[in-house]
Amino acid sequence: MEQVIRTRGLTKSFGSTRALDGVDLTVGRGEVHGFLGPNGAGKSTTIRVLLGLLRKDAGEATLLDGDPWRDAVALHRRLAYVPGDVQLWPNLSGGEAIDLLGGLRGSMDHARRDELVDRFQLDPTKRCSAYSKGNRQKVAIVAGLASDVELYLLDEPTSGLDPLMETVFQDVVREITTAGGTVLLSSHILAEAEALCDTVSIIRDGRIVESGSLAALRHLTRTTLHVTTREPLDGLETTPGVFDIVMSDGGYTARFEVEADHLGGVIEHIGQHGVVSLTSAPPTLEELFLRHYGDELAALANGNGNSHGAGTGTGETGHVHGRRRRAEGSR
Amino acid sequence: MRSATATDLFAGTGRLVRLALRRDRILLPVWIASISSLAGAVVTSYAATLPSEAERAVTAAFGAANPMARVFDGPASGTTLGAMAMVEAYKILAILTALMSAQAIVRHTRQDEETGRAELLGSAVVGRHARLTAALVVTLGANLVLGAAVACVLAADGLPWSGSWAAGLAVGGAGWVFAGIAALSAQVFATARGANAAAGAALGVAFLLRAVGDLLGDVADSGVEVVSAWPSWLSPLGWGQQVRPFYQDNWWISGLFLGLTATLVAGAFVLTSHRDVGSGMVPARSGPVHAPRGLPSTMGLAWRLQRGVLGVWLLGLTGFGAAFGAVGESAEDLVSGNDGVQQMLDRMAPDAGILDLYTTFLMAIIGIAAAGYTVQALLRMRAEEVTGRLEPVLATGVGRRQWLATHVVIAAAGTTTILALSGLAGGLVHAGMAGSWAGVGDLLAAALVQVPAALALGGFVVALFGLLPRWSGPLAWAALAVALVMGQLGSLLDLPQWALNLSPFTHVPRVPAEAFSVTPVILLLLAAVALGAVGFAAFRRRDLAIGA
Repeated sequence: MEQVIRTRGLTKSFGSTRALDGVDLTVGRGEVHGFLGPNGAGKSTTIRVLLGLLRKDAGEATLLDGDPWRDAVALHRRLAYVPGDVQLWPNLSGGEAIDLLGGLRGSMDHARRDELVDRFQLDPTKRCSAYSKGNRQKVAIVAGLASDVELYLLDEPTSGLDPLMETVFQDVVREITTAGGTVLLSSHILAEAEALCDTVSIIRDGRIVESGSLAALRHLTRTTLHVTTREPLDGLETTPGVFDIVMSDGGYTARFEVEADHLGGVIEHIGQHGVVSLTSAPPTLEELFLRHYGDELAALANGNGNSHGAGTGTGETGHVHGRRRRAEGSR
Repeated sequence: MRSATATDLFAGTGRLVRLALRRDRILLPVWIASISSLAGAVVTSYAATLPSEAERAVTAAFGAANPMARVFDGPASGTTLGAMAMVEAYKILAILTALMSAQAIVRHTRQDEETGRAELLGSAVVGRHARLTAALVVTLGANLVLGAAVACVLAADGLPWSGSWAAGLAVGGAGWVFAGIAALSAQVFATARGANAAAGAALGVAFLLRAVGDLLGDVADSGVEVVSAWPSWLSPLGWGQQVRPFYQDNWWISGLFLGLTATLVAGAFVLTSHRDVGSGMVPARSGPVHAPRGLPSTMGLAWRLQRGVLGVWLLGLTGFGAAFGAVGESAEDLVSGNDGVQQMLDRMAPDAGILDLYTTFLMAIIGIAAAGYTVQALLRMRAEEVTGRLEPVLATGVGRRQWLATHVVIAAAGTTTILALSGLAGGLVHAGMAGSWAGVGDLLAAALVQVPAALALGGFVVALFGLLPRWSGPLAWAALAVALVMGQLGSLLDLPQWALNLSPFTHVPRVPAEAFSVTPVILLLLAAVALGAVGFAAFRRRDLAIGA
């Protein structure tokens, strides 16, 4: 597949803070690629390097076969960007701001623009100073998604949107991909990514820690099984690949997690006990995510910021992330 | 429902004062140290230039009779060293103090509302009046410290304590009034820029009123004192001069300062109780659904962002030029009736008439003021960058060079237009009053020769924007302040020539008092282009500052 975005070993530091520590990101044409990670992990910094707004320290970055820094202007005509916290000119109306940003890019579809203003229920006559955060975000979304381009860089685009508008947003993104557009969607809202993305990359502390199709990633983690059997279900503890067993109903009902590689063996084992009902829940993105951030969460739960191999003790984490957030300006 | 008690309205003021002091811990001390040491430096160099009473008597008599000194300095107040130094230095000390005060008030009131910080603070246990009160406590307090610092510096120069304190009062009192004016304008205008501009306009009017009053005043029998006419008494800058430190030490004028400040502050508090956080007194109208044809282009956007500032400066400086054009006519009349002054002026500048000298002085001031526009217009770029509004623009098909160029072109063209119209207005008003068109060309030329110097300063700002973006604001304004001080007090301070040469305005040909010379004009333009090119190159290479 043709690669629309390709970075290898991308690094970027702000003073002594290393925001990107060797990012390898690949996005193929026509994909909706989820770019996941918590605040301060390096999502916005990566996107801003791809936009040529920040200059990379080292590594390679290719965007639409061009150099994001050198060919910035030519590339920008072929892409649309929706920032996560957009600031607008207080004395312009929302409609003016949309036309302005579209006009500067040079590829606004005016019918589509009016349609999106309608669908997002935006009042375009209001001054930008009077907009709430969600409405400012709608301005940026309409300005970005009404343009007919090859690549859409969306950096936490739905922050501040209500659930109704979130649904509209997802519909519009699907229309874009149907029309052949490629989307890089940075988010920490996993349900959104799960609903929209074919492939995801998970970034942590400036590094991609997991990347691939959602299906393949699911394979890497555990499936939850809920089983009721005719005979008491024994021997689960010793079955390889089974975790977190919760027995109930006097041993006739069990809920547990199974590693993908051992699913076959486990099914065989429970089959011997006469299955009455079986539900299986695929791993959610949240579980995928927690696999990579679990230790950080554990440290938070333990409290008191004991020093930690990965430098993710509570007190220290807050500090380090706080600094990085300021440096890259994401919220 | 229980009505808010006074304690509720002011809750949290103490903490906000500490916050403001923390934010201003460098800025205010720098202002205070600069202004007070400037006062000391003027006295020191005055003592060196005019050591004897006899020499000072001659100078004071000339200052009393000379309309230029009356318009651009102030009313002569006797022959003591301290009094004469303060007559010359007061306008600059007071203007700098007024700017310090107005900016401090706006920074802690309207600017906080614009950035949304005020909302966050307002949700905490912070009373409705707490933010304004904290801003006033810090700013009025800074003026008290400044007044005391000026007094101590002057006393350390060997001047009497009584006059030194009076000088401190004159400087700090003007600061108090402009703090009050800014407190009021920060409630009326919805943007920090607007609030600062209104305070700046008030400063211009105050300067004009006292200039007219001092010009129309009478020379007392002693020959070394000007008794100002009534317009001077309408101006807080005029009050500061009427304190006449080291001559009369008019302590009662502190009552005028206090009274006006209290009235302005009371007005500001009344307005605070009647408006919402974040809004001004003028409600926002709704705007168009679609952008007009001209807006969606790099130049269209830059023009939209810049036109308001340009309009205000254009109006202000054209009015200022016209007003001083009118004053020039009276100055001419005054000299023509006084042979002594005529002879001294002839000695000062043998080839120049009184109007030539007047025009040269006036345009030196207007040139610096126009450079204030240049700096403000160019710093708009930095404001766009740090608020995060530049980011989505540069993520479209707009290149960095193109974006920078549109703002630079508007700033340069705006500077030229402001100076041209200001000179033209002064010339036409003077011509109308004098009934002769002879002076129009001179005034216009004197205004236009200021353009290259203002542009050179502008080039410096562009270079700062590219190379030291974080410091571009403070350094750009500091450069303008240095140019102002050098232009007005440079010769008096006896600064070495290399230091004076750092200010582009030092190199402006003194047209029409002296002959025009093309070399410095070309060199200034080259400097502007070179500095600007450095800024362009550096901006293309650096990271964008991201986010608010």
